[in-house]
Amino acid sequence: MKILRNYLNKIKPNFEEGGKLSALRSVFDGMETFLFVPNDTAKCGVNIHDAIDSKRIMSFVVIALLPAMLVGMYNIGFQNYAAAGVEATWWQMFLYGLVNMLPKIIVSYGVGLGIEFIAAQIKKEEIHEGFLVSGLLIPMIVPVGCPLWIIAIATAFAVIFAKEVFGGTGMNIVNVALIARAFIFFAYPSVISGDTVWVATEQIFGLGANVPDGYTCATALQFAANGTEILGATGSALTTCDMLTGLMPGSIGETSVIAIAIGAVILLWSGVASWKVMFSVFVGGIAMSLLFQNTLPDNPVAQVPFWQHLILGGFCFGAVFMATDPVTAARTEVGKYFYGFGIGAMAILIRVLNPGYPEGMMLAILLMNVTAPFIDYCVVQANVNARARRLTKKN
Amino acid sequence: MHRVVKISKGLDIKLKGAPVATMTSIEAAKQYALMPADFTRVTPKVVVKPGDAVKAGDALFVDKNAPELRFVSPVSGKVVAVNRGERRRVLSIVVESDGKFESLEYKAKDVFSLSGDEVKADLLNSGLFAFMRQRPYDVIASPADAPRAIFVSAFDSKPLAVDFEVALKGNEEDFQTGLDALSRVAPVFLGVSAKQKATALNVAKNVTTTVFNGPHPAGNVGVQINKVAPVNKGEIVWTIGAEEVIFIGRLFNKGRIDLTRTVALVGSEVKNPSYSKVVLGAQLSTLLDGRLSDENELRIIDGNVLTGSKTAADAFLGAFSNEITVIPEIMGGDEMFGWIAPRFSMFSTSRSYFSWLLPKREYVIDARIKGGERHMIMSNEYDKVFPMDIYPEYLIKAIITGNIDKMEELGIYEVAPEDFALCEFVDSSKLELQRIVREGLDKLRAEMC
Repeated sequence: MKILRNYLNKIKPNFEEGGKLSALRSVFDGMETFLFVPNDTAKCGVNIHDAIDSKRIMSFVVIALLPAMLVGMYNIGFQNYAAAGVEATWWQMFLYGLVNMLPKIIVSYGVGLGIEFIAAQIKKEEIHEGFLVSGLLIPMIVPVGCPLWIIAIATAFAVIFAKEVFGGTGMNIVNVALIARAFIFFAYPSVISGDTVWVATEQIFGLGANVPDGYTCATALQFAANGTEILGATGSALTTCDMLTGLMPGSIGETSVIAIAIGAVILLWSGVASWKVMFSVFVGGIAMSLLFQNTLPDNPVAQVPFWQHLILGGFCFGAVFMATDPVTAARTEVGKYFYGFGIGAMAILIRVLNPGYPEGMMLAILLMNVTAPFIDYCVVQANVNARARRLTKKN
Repeated sequence: MHRVVKISKGLDIKLKGAPVATMTSIEAAKQYALMPADFTRVTPKVVVKPGDAVKAGDALFVDKNAPELRFVSPVSGKVVAVNRGERRRVLSIVVESDGKFESLEYKAKDVFSLSGDEVKADLLNSGLFAFMRQRPYDVIASPADAPRAIFVSAFDSKPLAVDFEVALKGNEEDFQTGLDALSRVAPVFLGVSAKQKATALNVAKNVTTTVFNGPHPAGNVGVQINKVAPVNKGEIVWTIGAEEVIFIGRLFNKGRIDLTRTVALVGSEVKNPSYSKVVLGAQLSTLLDGRLSDENELRIIDGNVLTGSKTAADAFLGAFSNEITVIPEIMGGDEMFGWIAPRFSMFSTSRSYFSWLLPKREYVIDARIKGGERHMIMSNEYDKVFPMDIYPEYLIKAIITGNIDKMEELGIYEVAPEDFALCEFVDSSKLELQRIVREGLDKLRAEMC
């Protein structure tokens, strides 16, 4: 520990302004603060500080994402072997999922953090931790069949145009990971929709099984949209148990309600995510699906029971990990109820009324991200008006 | 019965080294100094030269823009130095005490026979007016103004704060006279804590008493004003510290200037934290000698741990300070992987740490920031510890963007930097909120005055 610290102290001058490696200052800085808490002390204002910082907050979100990620990996293997009709042990399934998923995570982090380091270098700022979360979210919200180069382009687009042009973490208006997904959705619709992308079909390093050409399997929501029985990768009907454990086709991280629930507990317990947002997303979803169930008897999606709406597709994942992003959510406490309710309601609205694509969570959150400043404006304006009234009453 | 206001938002940070209510007698300091910077936004014009003999009550400097505003020597003796810094800014005016503590002679007066203007004139004449601050802008009050009210907070709720009842003991009569005198100038509102038992506080006369019950910042006068009668645009409210009220009482009861404070030496690095009688502006060495631990590199703070400024062992007691806090500068530096380590010994409002399990435990917190500065990321951090009817996050953003109209709309007239101290403490983005608010107030003042 001491040796490492001394070594860093020794090489540090190279990275400072005028040093040989000053072009890598942000990288060195990022590594140094990752290893050691800076010894900087308060210069003005309060002399003591709370031990919390954004590194810890972001780390807790990453920890909360891990259960969903691990189940997602296992599910990749499970779906592959099931589609091929081959028996396999759980660790074979998991390993297959791991080798499928790991390149996606590496590409997403590599591209995104690379851009972050460059931006931090240009702006002479410290590296911001926000992308630690976005970089893990992106591979979790794409189908397993999504090519790496598309992930790379989408990540670059999202980090540059949804975040850095606005000023970096904390200044972005829309959720970075969702912009990456939206980019894929609009630019390369074939890799994120249809019924050929949700199950991995090829062997990697001898792991997994080759699935015959022409194999198709839709997501549960697609079956629901067609008004047919919801089938799994093997062609047999999915049970509610499958939907809860997440052993069904879908975007990698979104399928397991149980794993997401563990993440939700971590986020709420540590206070990183707002329960108000999370809670009202579900309220909004339930309210909207009950409304449609009673008003649109001929629409097959509208007739999906409300509880199934909540456990299928990206609803839970979006509610827990995306809607609660503090930067893009409503920032006033009252506003959070409206914001969350809007997401839940809008997601079901899009699912039911949009014939083109069965999922609505992504667009719902992006729409409400854009609406959140207006919600906050209304809430804050009430305070402003009350103050103005106090002044006129006095005069 | 007094009106009771319950404050629910806020935070009591439990720190090691709170003062026990005992008096430690210390030797009187040799040198005393006034630092013009303590008197926020006063442009000093020094009226003494080194070598001049002064008594307590003789002006050392006056306000260039309002020369009737005098800043007086706390002791009798000889001016030894006028220290200047960059661009000849006056840093301090040092007086060497002759050990006699002689004051200029003022007449003891019955305050009820005086008009408000006469009280004001006496306060100006004696230099005690310099302790009067005003909202908006949190600067030294201007004698030309007619305030809507004068607010006095009789308790300090900050971590490791002094207990005003210790200072009040034996000064009850002067305290009441001080309040009486102020009540001639404007209606006086006294804020007391639900925990305070002293009769001098609970049955104080000629004031409107409000009882505040809750965590810090319940003791901040800004919060009390906000709860009792918020400052509107165009209004002026004066505030003065409870101990300064005693100074005023002494002036009218005894006819002399006596700026003896009850100062606490507190903090985790202090052996036996307790109170001492110290005259304002005293050199700290006599107070500190032999009482500090030598385990860690120390940070000596003039004032409270949340609002005070870093000072040195041979510096002087600030004009408004009634405590000196000593904490470690860095404790366990070069900490590895702090962002994920359990850090059992650290205090945090976040439940990603374990301090919420031990609400009674007293913590030693060093001066490290423990994180890099970021843009605002988390929401609702400030609101949880900010009990005023103001959206702190939006006000801060308006200040950062320099939007004067928005600052006004969002209530900047009601706040002072110290009201944001807790927000600054809990902020995970580590923004320098007190500095930001100070700059916002200065900017607004430059526009408006």
